[in-house]
Amino acid sequence: MRERLSTSSPATKVLGWCSLVALATTAVLGLWISPPDVIQGEAVRPLYVHVPAIWVAYIAFITAAVCSVLWLVPRTRNVKWDRIAGASAEIGVVFSGINLVSGMLWGRITWGVYWQWDARLTSALLLFVLFLGYLAVRRTTIEPERRAKRAAVMALVAAANIPIVHFSVVWWRTLHQEASVIRQDLDFELEGEMLQALGFGFVAFLLVYGWAVVHRYRLAVLEDQAEERAVAAAIERRRAELVGAGEVG
Amino acid sequence: MLRDACAVAAKDLRLEWRSKVAVNQILPFAVLVLVVFAFAVDADAAILRRIAPGLFWVAVLLSTLLAAGRSTAVESADGLPDGLRLSGLDPAGIFLGKAGALAAQLLVVEAALTIGIVVFYDVRIDDPLLYVAACLAGTITLASVGTLYGVLSLGLRVRETLLPLLVVPAVAPVLLAGTRAHERAFDQVTGSGWSWVGLLAVIAVVYVAAGLAAYGSLLEEA
Repeated sequence: MRERLSTSSPATKVLGWCSLVALATTAVLGLWISPPDVIQGEAVRPLYVHVPAIWVAYIAFITAAVCSVLWLVPRTRNVKWDRIAGASAEIGVVFSGINLVSGMLWGRITWGVYWQWDARLTSALLLFVLFLGYLAVRRTTIEPERRAKRAAVMALVAAANIPIVHFSVVWWRTLHQEASVIRQDLDFELEGEMLQALGFGFVAFLLVYGWAVVHRYRLAVLEDQAEERAVAAAIERRRAELVGAGEVG
Repeated sequence: MLRDACAVAAKDLRLEWRSKVAVNQILPFAVLVLVVFAFAVDADAAILRRIAPGLFWVAVLLSTLLAAGRSTAVESADGLPDGLRLSGLDPAGIFLGKAGALAAQLLVVEAALTIGIVVFYDVRIDDPLLYVAACLAGTITLASVGTLYGVLSLGLRVRETLLPLLVVPAVAPVLLAGTRAHERAFDQVTGSGWSWVGLLAVIAVVYVAAGLAAYGSLLEEA
């Protein structure tokens, strides 16, 4: 009988439902309950997707970097760190993509163009491409151990660029608005329902990230198991052929 | 470490001197980039002068991809990575040597490109010290990144296509800061260009440190 493989468990089902509820709450808060912005009016609403997406992407990339360090240190080396790093980076790239697309749509409304060559948007794009490179390294067909080491180094170098992305708005001072929620003096710019909607958006995206990483991690485990079984089956077939030919006693 | 670095750099430069790939292929290619860009903007002298700093660094970046690919390729054939590993040389020294040789080749390309932008784009360098400092700091980063990602892609079947994907986004800040510094060196904009040279120096330190720390580990697995 064919074995039924799944990455789901009762815990991930609960996490999935919580993510859905949080996303729905964010949609209600962001689209209906939060008021229009004084300056941007209704155009402020992409904020509740755009900003949480890049925060979660940062968390995903930092997680990938931390797991890469844990994999590189011989005392803590374990294949699970490599799998978590890969899963986290993949999901981080997706959130980074959501941030870029929502930013472009928001830019079309507020600036009149999809793309402005301002520092933060451009740096976010570079970060996105850097981690695409990381994923490309992970997809190379070499032994898992060698691939893991190269990917771990790549993740650390790419993560070193995250501060440049976030603080580039301060360094390069261009068209992009100042950081939306927390300024350098840590005064909150958003208040009331707007801040609530943003907070819910962040929690919802974080739950989705957690749910997706668990599934991707389990998928990686299944992929490795399937590869091991395929290799074992191929060896067994070859052995049977040789036994049939009388070459192995 | 430094002695090992000098030995590796001398080996790489000797290889280049004998094969003449950098001089006969990479250098003409870099100058060709300047010419092609002139075609692209319809040879408008004012526009070319204005965008010369950026075009200079784009040409250097493209040359880096070729030179770094070449620097990696010479180590990938006939079990040479095993030879490097078994040579007893300090891995940090190997990194410094290979990066140094790559930097030397890029500096030659930049010298040719400097003549190119002066001749073809009618650019005047008002602050040569700033210009050279930006070139040096940027070149150290480009050579370090090229060498680090070169060993990272060593032995991979997709090396030629993977290397540009890894190198270009990583060195984009060099393009930005180098262009800003050269704009000031050409007196196109007001203000000090030294803060941009400072940024280039910081990025260079980060990548040299990353290369020194990671090169040996990556070479072991190559």
